[in-house]
Amino acid sequence: MNQLTESPDHVRHTGHPRKGFFTDTSICIGCKACEVACKEWNRNPHDSTDSGYELLGSSYDNTGSLGADTWRHVAFIEQDKEQIGRARESGRALVSLGMPGLGPPGQDRAGSLAGADTTPPDTPDFRWLMSSDVCKHCTNAGCLDVCPTGALFRTEHGTVVVQDDVCNGCGTCVAGCPFGVIERRSDGTAGPKTARDFTPGEQAPTRNAGVAQKCTLCYDRIVDNQTPACAQACPTTSIKYGEREDMVATAKERVAELHARGLTEARLYGANDSDGVGGTGSVFLLLDEPEVYGLPPDPRVPTADLPRMFKRAGIAAAGMLAAATAAFLAGGRA
Amino acid sequence: MTVSDFDEYRPPELPRRPKRGSKRRRAGTGEGRGEVPMVPEAEFTSYYGRPVVKPPPWGDPIAAYLFLGGVAGGSALLAAGAQLTGRTILCRNSRLAALAAVGMGAVALVEDLGRPERFLNMLRTIKLTSPMSLGSWILTAFSAGAGVSAVSEIDRMTGSRLPLGPLRRLLRGLEGPAGIEAAVFAAPLSAYTAVLLSDTANPTWNAAREDLPFVFVSSAGLAAGGLAMITTPVREAGPARALAVLGVAGELIASRLMEKNMDPVAAEPLHSDGPGRMLAWSERLAIVGGVGALLGGRYRLTAAVSGVALLSASALTRFGILRAGIRSTENPRYTIEPQKRRLAARREAGVVHDSITTSE
Repeated sequence: MNQLTESPDHVRHTGHPRKGFFTDTSICIGCKACEVACKEWNRNPHDSTDSGYELLGSSYDNTGSLGADTWRHVAFIEQDKEQIGRARESGRALVSLGMPGLGPPGQDRAGSLAGADTTPPDTPDFRWLMSSDVCKHCTNAGCLDVCPTGALFRTEHGTVVVQDDVCNGCGTCVAGCPFGVIERRSDGTAGPKTARDFTPGEQAPTRNAGVAQKCTLCYDRIVDNQTPACAQACPTTSIKYGEREDMVATAKERVAELHARGLTEARLYGANDSDGVGGTGSVFLLLDEPEVYGLPPDPRVPTADLPRMFKRAGIAAAGMLAAATAAFLAGGRA
Repeated sequence: MTVSDFDEYRPPELPRRPKRGSKRRRAGTGEGRGEVPMVPEAEFTSYYGRPVVKPPPWGDPIAAYLFLGGVAGGSALLAAGAQLTGRTILCRNSRLAALAAVGMGAVALVEDLGRPERFLNMLRTIKLTSPMSLGSWILTAFSAGAGVSAVSEIDRMTGSRLPLGPLRRLLRGLEGPAGIEAAVFAAPLSAYTAVLLSDTANPTWNAAREDLPFVFVSSAGLAAGGLAMITTPVREAGPARALAVLGVAGELIASRLMEKNMDPVAAEPLHSDGPGRMLAWSERLAIVGGVGALLGGRYRLTAAVSGVALLSASALTRFGILRAGIRSTENPRYTIEPQKRRLAARREAGVVHDSITTSE
C-alpha cells in the first residue's frame, strides 16, 4: 500500500496483539445466535430501513444485510448438485493456481492435490450454505481512511471503531467501505431497553441516530478480556475469536483439512495480507465463490489509488487556472 | 402434476403475490420467493440480487454542493482575473457570486450531515487520506478570501454604509489579497469534489477516477462563465465567455475520455435511466450554451440565455454523476462483474498473490 493509507502497524506500540475473528462457515448451523447476541449486547435497534419484520423470501435469511443496526448477518444459500459441483471446481482451480501462504510454498501441496482423486464419495444433491458475515476490520480500512473527523479510529487491538460522539454523520465512510458494512443509522423503531435508561412502558430512544455505525468487535468486551458477544454465543464454534495470527493459522489448518477430505470448494477469504485491503481482521472459510455470499470478489481499498487521484486532480486544477488565464488573455480589452 | 387421485378435485392455485413492493425489490430480479429454485444468473452470481456496497447517504444537497462549489471556484478565478485586469463590474459580480455560491453550498453540505450540529468536527483534524477533510479545509480557506473580498464589494455598493468604522480601511486594504487568496483555493475547490466521489468503493465513481477531476473543473468553468454572462454587461464579460467556451470544450473531451477509460459495466449507469438522461441533457445544454457564448455572446439577451443553459448543464452534470453513482450501488452486478474481470485479468497475467480468496 502507499504512504497515505493507515494500517494496524501504525499503533504497534500499544503492545496488544491484533485481534480478529475466524468465521468457519463449514460448521455454521444458521441458528442466528450471533445476530441476537450482537443486537442485545450492543443494544442495536430493529433495522427500520429494511423490511420491518417482513419475510424476505431468501431462504431463512430475513435479516437482509449488514448495516447500521445489524452487525452480524447470517446468509443462507440453497444449492443443488450442479452448483455444488461448480463450487468444487472453482475451489480446485484456486488450489491449482498455487496461491501463496504464510507457511511453506504451496507448490508441493497443489501438485499433490492435482494428482490425487479429490472427488468425495458422495456429492450431495442439495446443500445449505450458512455464513455469519461481519465487519472485516481491514488492515487497510477504507472507512477509516476517508473519515474526515477522525471519528473512526484504529484501536489498540487493531480493530476499527466509530467514536459515536465525534462522528458528524457525513456518510463518507459508507461509500468508502468495499464490503458495504458501515452505514449511517437513520432511526430505529424498537429502541433497546435496559434497566437503567428506560421507563417501563415507554419506548426507549434510539442511540446514535444520524451517525455511522458498525461492528466494534465488541471493543467494550475485549478491553475486559471478554470474548465478543457473537463468538461467545456461537454454539458450534463457527465464530472463533482470538489473536489474528492464530485465527489465520487456524483457518489455514482447517482449509487444508477440508481439502484433504476432497472438499475442494473450501477456501479462505481475507487471510492474504497482500490483497486489496491488506488482509482482513475477520477471516472467513467459504464453501463457494465470495459473491455467492454477497461478498465482493476483489475488494480494493479506495485510498490505495488516492495519490494517483490527487495527482490527476492537481493536473485538472492547474488546467483550470490555465484556462482562466487564457480566458483573460483571449477575452479582449476591458 | 397429481400425486393422488383426489388432487384433481382441488381448485386451481392462484399465483402467490408479494404483499408489498419492497419485498420484491429486495429479493432482486430473476430470483423469486417460495418454490422458485435459486438459479444463479448466467453472467454473475449474487446473493439474492442484493447490493454488495452501500450507497452513501448523499442526496440532492450534496449534488447541489458539487454544483455550487464549482460555480464559486470558477467565479473566484474570474474575480481575481478581473481584479488584475481592471474590470470592476465583472470583479464585483464574480466576487458576490463566489460568496453566494460558497455560502449556499456550505449550508447544503451541513444540511446533509446526519448530525448537522456537529459540522465543526470537520475541522478537528487534517487527514490527508480523507478528501472530505481536505475539502473542508479548502472550503474554509476559500470562504475566508471570498468573504472578505465580497463584503468589501457590498460595502462599496451600499455607499460605505456598513457599520465597519475603522475596519473599513483594513477591509479595503485586504480585499485585493483576499481575492487572490480565494483564487488560489478556487481550482482545488472545484477539483477536490471529484476525488471525494472517486475515493470510494462506489463502482461508477471509482472507475471514473482518472478523468472525473477534469470533468468537474470544466463544469465549474462553464458554470461560472455562464453566471458572469448573465450578471455582467457584455463589454466586460469577454473573459467569462472565453472561460465558458473553454469549459464546454473541456467537458466534452473529458467526459468522453472518462467513459473510454472506465470499465464498460461500471460506466453503464452514466447512460441509463434518470442519470443517463440528465447527463445527455447536460451535454446538449453545454453545447447550446457554448455555441451561444461563442457566436452570440456580444448580445446581452443571447449571452444571458446561454448563461442559463450553461448553469443548467453544470447542475445536470453534478446531479447526473452523483445519482449514477448511487444507482450503481443498487445492483450488485456493477460491483461484482468489474471485480471478477480484473481478478481474472490479473490471474491471466500470472499475478496470483493478491487475491482475497486463497486456497491455503
